[in-house]
Formats: sequence, structure tokens, C-alpha cells
Amino acid sequence: MALSRSNWRSTAEAICLPFGALFVALVIFGIFCAICGKNPFAIYEAIYKSAFGNWRSFQGTLLRAAPLMLTALCTALPARLGLMIIGNEGALVMGGIGATIFGLLLSYGSVLPSPDQVQNLLGLPPLVVQLGMALGGILFGGVWIAIVGALRHYRAVNETISSLLMNYIAIALLNHLVEGSMKDPSSLNKPSSFPIPDIYKIGNIFSTRIHYGLIYGIIACVIAYFLIQHTTFGFAARTAGGNIKAARIAGLPVGKLTIIICFLAGSCAGLAGMVEVAAVQGQANASIIAGYGYAGILVAFVARYNPLAAALVAILLGGIIASGGALQRVFNMPDATVLVFQGIVFIVVLYSESLYGRLKIFKEPELKGTPPSAVTAATV
Amino acid sequence: MATEALGAWGVVLGIFAGTLRGSAPFLFVSLGECLTEKSGKINLGLEGTLLTGAMSAYAVSYLLQDKVGAAVSPWIGVLVAGIAGMGLGFIHAWLSQQPKVNDIAVGIAMIIFGSGIAFFLGKPFIQPKAPPLPTIDLGNWSSIPAVQSALKISPLFLLGVAIAPLMFWFFKSTRWGLFIRAVGDSPDAALAMGMSVSKVRMLCIVAGSFLAGIGGACLSLYYPGLWSESISSGQGLMAVALVIFARWNPIQCLWASLFFGGAQAVGPALQSVGIEQGRYLFNAAPYVLTLLIMIITCSPKKTLSGAPGALGTISG
Repeated sequence: MALSRSNWRSTAEAICLPFGALFVALVIFGIFCAICGKNPFAIYEAIYKSAFGNWRSFQGTLLRAAPLMLTALCTALPARLGLMIIGNEGALVMGGIGATIFGLLLSYGSVLPSPDQVQNLLGLPPLVVQLGMALGGILFGGVWIAIVGALRHYRAVNETISSLLMNYIAIALLNHLVEGSMKDPSSLNKPSSFPIPDIYKIGNIFSTRIHYGLIYGIIACVIAYFLIQHTTFGFAARTAGGNIKAARIAGLPVGKLTIIICFLAGSCAGLAGMVEVAAVQGQANASIIAGYGYAGILVAFVARYNPLAAALVAILLGGIIASGGALQRVFNMPDATVLVFQGIVFIVVLYSESLYGRLKIFKEPELKGTPPSAVTAATV
Repeated sequence: MATEALGAWGVVLGIFAGTLRGSAPFLFVSLGECLTEKSGKINLGLEGTLLTGAMSAYAVSYLLQDKVGAAVSPWIGVLVAGIAGMGLGFIHAWLSQQPKVNDIAVGIAMIIFGSGIAFFLGKPFIQPKAPPLPTIDLGNWSSIPAVQSALKISPLFLLGVAIAPLMFWFFKSTRWGLFIRAVGDSPDAALAMGMSVSKVRMLCIVAGSFLAGIGGACLSLYYPGLWSESISSGQGLMAVALVIFARWNPIQCLWASLFFGGAQAVGPALQSVGIEQGRYLFNAAPYVLTLLIMIITCSPKKTLSGAPGALGTISG
């Protein structure tokens, strides 16, 4: 975001429009609830209380925000290059698979350990195993989305469709592995891989319920922000995203940029998968498909592909997801309520996109400096 | 040897039957998407439309079975599915024609919104059994039950087969077909001819969503003939890739739909004869196939032949 260089009006616009959109979405959602015969104000209150009301519920919100920050980067980074990638769910699943394979290899010496191996761990220090798991998640998720980028560059395959198809392929692969070659024979009701030993799992921060995945998410968002905004690499990526022909004429290696950015994007989502395995589930199974991938797309859109804003929006959306349980219990609403709300937010935010530079309050009295189109191009 | 040969024939018959059953939703969604893309807009949200259509058809068929009878209520369900699809199509058409709004992003939003609405309203209908659509039995000449059940064809499938050449003729030989192609190929030229680009696109997207909604009704009222949250699992999306594969030609959409329906039937057909190994991988066959087809047919050097000129450009 080139906000510091532009004037306060466009700053106000960039802040007011997304928040205004969220507000309008809340109103529409309230009307939807009212049509369903619920009191919208009671629902707002329940969402607020169960998401941000006290420290305990805020911890639940932060727990859900951690994977969202990482999956949001999977859409936000390629978007700066002009690519619309929505393979977040697939990259998360692949990252989970990768982290499990690396974790099991480093702790037992085998993906399918014998009872003897389960008793006698290899005895590596926890930090090594955790780094290995993170590396596994990053590699698997990164390569998964890098494939999408390569297909885009070399074969002009539409990256949106291919990345979505690869979500389904990744999920099929996960199901195949946990029911076949990686299955723990003792997991009967819910086919899973062998569990990661407790000593190697990612712990919680101090005495909270929040695991260190949140720190990973925040660090990844900050690094991504500096990479895109304050390095020549990021500048090259943004240039190619703004005008690919100009970037080619300027001699930028567009193909290399595409594949590297896609790898980084996928590795973030893969890291989210690693966090789900190493901190939450403790093993790979169908539970790691929890919808964080699709919600991450929404986070990236609302944050207008800005990694720092994505961290904040992830906390907001994490709260809404966290309140889904309360809506189910107290108001007897289906779990899809959160999905409806996400859809409404998405639609309103997209509409607000068309308002940039069109609202009178945010217009300069006399045009000087950047024209409105350049302002939006710089902030997108 | 003899039983093995029969087993192999069982797989072939299973794939054949699955093709006839499973291609109907692909056919409707791809025809809807073809109509939409001919006008120069992409509707990725047909996945959500498909789910909403499936849910509303099933719900209406179930709720009305006591009032109008189990013979009529599924047909009303089909109609309501189409109308529900039109509702979502209207939102897509309006939003995707705002300035600076990317229609792919709108599609993603509509997938989330459409599936959210479908799961929200469809929650009470997961358990009960709604009356399905009647089938036309073409297999009575055979004494083998498997052949008989394979040839139970849905009238909706036949309707879709009829719409494909009709749409081809519509694009090629009618005044309105020309309007749509003009809007899709060059909106500026269409505007100069005095057409309203936004109205033509609105009509095309809404009509395409109507077809996609009916595609959803095929899923919930014919095959597999139930409502669940995983009923579509990406078929609406595959249809978008299918239209590219079919080069925006409605008749080729028909062949492509049969092909995809067949690919989808491979996994269940193998399972039915007891081959369980790698069933998840076989079930992923349609996705892999779609991806492979896109890799083969797309090219970075030239635009695809038959692609509408203004496809995917942002309006305003």
C-alpha cells in the first residue's frame, strides 16, 4: 500500500470502504436472520460475546485466526502478480501431509512405524523435529501451488480453475493416504495417520490455549509485507501484476517471478496445514479440512491483498468462525450460517471495490498528483 | 475365466450406465456456462447455483408431495430450482458488471454464498426422502436387471440433449444469437450497433443460471437422487473447464459432458465389482482429467479458437 505517499483522503477511503462494507454486510446478515425469525440484535451480541467478549473467547478467536493468516497469504501474494489463486485448501492439505510424513520419519524413522519403533523414538531434539515438520509443510504446499503457477506460465492454464481442481485432488490424496499406505491400524472410526509424539507437538504460548501457530502466522504476514512492499523482488512482482507486457519489455523474468511467488504462497498455506497437524490434530486425517482454505480467500479479498491488513482481518473472521458454535447452540441455527455470512461479506466487499474513486467525500477538490486509477492500482 | 469376463463387462456396463446418469448435470451447467461466456462474462459461481438448485428442487419436491402428488411435485421442484438459479444469476450479473469488479472474484463469492444458502436452507432436508423424477425405461427388451437399470433414462437428460443442438442453431442462425455473439466478441461494436451490452449480458447470465439450477435438480431428483452437502463436489467448476474444452460450442458441450460423466463413473463401477484399492484416487479421476485437458488444450502462444473476444475483461 502506497498510502504514506498519497494524501489523507485516499487513506480515509482505503480504511472507510472495507469497514463500511463490513458494516453493510452485518446489516444484510441481520435482515437475513430476521427473515429466519431470529432477533438480529441478539445474534450480533452473541457473535461479539463469543468472539471478543472476554479473554477466554478471544483466545478461541486467535486460535482460528492463526491458520487464516497463513491461508490468506496463499491468495494475497499471487494477487499482487495479477493471479487469482484459490488453491488454499489444497495447499493446506498437502502441507498437512508433508508435515506428517516428515514428522513421523523424524520421530519414528518410518511413516508406518512398527510397535517396536513406537516404543523407541529416535530421540531427536523437539526443535529439529518441529523444523522438519515445518519444512515438510512448506515444501509440499509450495510445490503444489508452484505447479499451478508453472501451468499458468507455460501452458496459459487458467490458474483459478486449476487451483480449485487441485483442491479436490489434494483431498482425494489425503483420503487415499490415511486409509491406505499411511493408516494407523488402531484408528478405526476415523482413518488417520500415526500420531506425532506429544513431545514433538507445537506447544501453547505461556499459559494460554493459543499455540505458536499464531506467531508463525504473524511473522509470515510481516515478512510477506516487507517482501512485497520494500524489496526489489516485490517491486518486480507488483510491476508484472500491473502490466505484464511492460514488465516483459523491461526484461523482468515473469516466469520465474510467477513460480517463486506461487511457491511462497503455497508454502504459507502448507505451513497452516503443518500447524493444524502439529498443534491441533496431532496426526493427519480428514479433520484438517476445516474450511480455513476457503475462508482464507475471503480474508485476502477483504484485506485487499495487503499482508498486514490480512493479519487483522483474519482475527476478525476468526472471531466470526469461532462464534459459529454459539449460533448453533443458542439460536439453533445451522452451521452453514457462518458460510452465508461469509458470502454476504464477500459480495458487499466486491461491490465496494467499484466505489473506489467514485465517492465524492474521498475525492480531491482539484486533481493533482496521482489520478484515481493509479491510486487503486497501487492499493490493490 | 468366465466370471472374470463377466466382471469386466460389469465394469463396462457400470461406466455406460454412470455416463447416462452422471452427465446430465454436466450438460446443463456447461450449456448454461456456454451461454454466459458467449456474452463475454465468466460465471464461476455456477457451483453455488448447482447446489442451490439441487437443494431447492429436493425441498420443493418433498414439501409439495402431499399437496400436488408425488408425480407432479418433482417437476415443480425442477422449475423452482431453475428460478432459484436465476436469483443467484441476477446477483452475479449485477455485481460482475460494476466497474472495476473482476467476474472471477464474483464467481468465488457466489460459490461461497450459493453453497452457504443451500446448506443453510437444506439442513432439514438431509434426512427425508423426496419423490424423485420419473424415468423412461428403455431397457425392457433385456432380461438382465443390470441392463434394465442402466437404461432408465431421465427425461431431463433427453431435454438437455435436445437443448444442445437448439442452442447451437440459436447462436448460428437467429438474430438474438448474433446479438449475444456480438456482445461477447466486441462490446464496443455491439454498443455502436445500438444494443445494450449490459442487458444482453444480464439476460444471458440469468438464463445460463436457470439451466445450471436445473442441472442441480438432476443431481438431487435423479442421480444420485438425494440431498447432501457433498452432492456436487466441484461439478459446477468442472463444467467451466468443460466449456473451454468444448470450444464454446453447445454440441461439443454434449460430447464433453458424456465424456466427463463417464470419467466420473469409473470409480463407482470398479467399486461395484469389488475393486476397493485406491478408490479415492479413482474418484479423483474427473478432476485430474479436467486438469489434463486444460493443459493439453490451452496454449500460451495464441488465444483459443472459438473464444469470445471480450471474455474475462473487466467492464467499466
